[in-house]
Amino acid sequence: MNKNIKLSEKKVLSTPPIIYLTILFLIPTIIMVFVAFREPGSYGGVAPLIEHIGNTNKINLTLDNFKFAFSNYFLWQLCIRSLYFSVITTVCCLIIGYPLAMLIAKSLKKYRDILLLLVIIPFWSCFLIRIYAWMIILGPQSGVSHIINYVIGIMGFQPVNLLYSSFAVVICLVYINLPFMVLPLYANLEKHNDDVIEASRDLGATRLQSFLKITMPLSLPGILAGSALVFIPSIGMFVVPELVGNNCSLMIGNLIKQQFLQTMNWPLGSVTAIIMTLLVLGISAIVAILARRSGALQYANK
Amino acid sequence: MAILEIQNVTKVFEDNLVVDNISLNINQGEFFTLLGPSGCGKTTLLRMIAGFTRPDSGKILLDGIDITDLPPEKRPLHTIFQSYALFPHMSVFDNVAFSLKMAKWDKSKIVSQVAELLDDVKLTKFAKRYPHELSGGQRQRVAIARALVDRPRLLLLDEPLSALDARLRGHMHVELVKLQEETGVTFIYVTHDQSEALALSSRIAVMNLGNVEQLDKPQEVYSKPNTYFVADFLGKCNLLPAKVIAIKANRITLCVADILEFELEMDSLNNITVGQSGWYSIRPEKVKAKRREPEDAELFFAKAIVHGYYYYGEGTLYIFMLENGTKVQAMLANYKTEQASFFEDNAQVMLSFDPQAGSFIAR
Repeated sequence: MNKNIKLSEKKVLSTPPIIYLTILFLIPTIIMVFVAFREPGSYGGVAPLIEHIGNTNKINLTLDNFKFAFSNYFLWQLCIRSLYFSVITTVCCLIIGYPLAMLIAKSLKKYRDILLLLVIIPFWSCFLIRIYAWMIILGPQSGVSHIINYVIGIMGFQPVNLLYSSFAVVICLVYINLPFMVLPLYANLEKHNDDVIEASRDLGATRLQSFLKITMPLSLPGILAGSALVFIPSIGMFVVPELVGNNCSLMIGNLIKQQFLQTMNWPLGSVTAIIMTLLVLGISAIVAILARRSGALQYANK
Repeated sequence: MAILEIQNVTKVFEDNLVVDNISLNINQGEFFTLLGPSGCGKTTLLRMIAGFTRPDSGKILLDGIDITDLPPEKRPLHTIFQSYALFPHMSVFDNVAFSLKMAKWDKSKIVSQVAELLDDVKLTKFAKRYPHELSGGQRQRVAIARALVDRPRLLLLDEPLSALDARLRGHMHVELVKLQEETGVTFIYVTHDQSEALALSSRIAVMNLGNVEQLDKPQEVYSKPNTYFVADFLGKCNLLPAKVIAIKANRITLCVADILEFELEMDSLNNITVGQSGWYSIRPEKVKAKRREPEDAELFFAKAIVHGYYYYGEGTLYIFMLENGTKVQAMLANYKTEQASFFEDNAQVMLSFDPQAGSFIAR
């Protein structure tokens, strides 16, 4: 931050983001929290806050939604599955994305923009269409299905259905989120000074040691940013499990959607959404604290 | 005696001959400098010694062992980079300890060795700091400690002082020479700064366009340049057109700038013939100027007028013009009061110099 900017100017400059966040984030969140304490309406939505029964006014606020949600085994099962899928997705994106980001960062300057463009190009077509493409790729008639079933057939296994499975859900989650891992990692790796890598080799580190002791620790901010960008949207995803998953691969997002659109229980849906939000916040906080304690980010503001 | 032998090393980058068949030997305990303008191949040569770049042809021998194909981590030598290249996520201690950890030293030995090196560079108090918390000079010293901690056979320094301000650079010159003498490690120093090279080195290789133009002691390189480039690159120099008009024993008679004629004693007469043209090079501080003709018979005299001057403080650089218009620079020490040692423009003076203080460069 430029120290020459006066405090009053800083306040003026920070007004637009504050207004933006208030309208698009703070107010909806407050509404969501408020709805979580309301009674469900008979035909969807919420029951009126103040109900006239004879001469008495009944205020319809309740903790029942929370009690129900916390004692609901199915809801927690979905939470844990969502976490599980998101962690696998993040790890897969990291394993695939890191070498890719490294490759782009180390390539000649004139090719870098083209390579980055290739990473971004999938965004140009609709997300749903790309999932449908995967449904064809993984479908029972596809070459991929045939090859995989042929190979595991030789090994003595029964043929499997790739589509409509947890496997398909994770594949699509990784596919959808990969660019969000690659871009921050690239931004970080591209800034690395070659001298530092050479210095480590010069001081006796092999290629592998140099990567583990220098490149990786230095790219930790990029790894954390990319992981956050992949993990957080993955956990609330509902379209992917709905299109390519089965009964055993539903995620917490599906439950929220169901409660709002099918069972028409808005308060329970809100409670579920709050639980999900807290889950994400909690995990982000734990990671942030661990990162700070390890001193990994001390040099990041240099 | 030679610790490092470079044999016929050549490197081409995209049709550019960067290092052109260079051979040279570097002796144990030397402070050896590769001096040249940017793009002369000095850094490429250093990177080939360090192992970051592979020569296209030729060999590099360290202690008589061929290291041409060894990766950098297997070579018992370290580099100090222009950017220092400290590890930003490690403390000063961990930076200095890096090579010892890679070599799997005992923990207790690492602690004592690092402590000794940090003491040598006066950074003991900063062991727990991170590089971004240090000043430029302190970072430089961390880089030096890190590179010397396991007593390498060779230390390569790639323009290590160019990021420091002039005053700090002066301090580091003294410290570098002291460290080199104390540790006995052979230094190979790359720089484009001729005064730095002259002040620090035991020998200098002046490089240009991928070739070594001259390799000698600083005094020799400075006062007896072999080529026009060396004379021109190392500080200010008068390069006057000259022609050999007679050869007698080991003395040649030169006609300089068409009007001056004097004899010059030569170490060798290799390839010098009567009628050969070239330059007579003489440094500005070797030329004196007086209002009247002095009595010293050893000197050679020439009439001139003052054409212009630059005041430098410790001296004044005058541009004198000989009778036929040839310009001669003279650096005159301001040893009297400023007024007394001052020549006004167009003043008539008598230039004098010892012909032997300059040298003849054949074309």
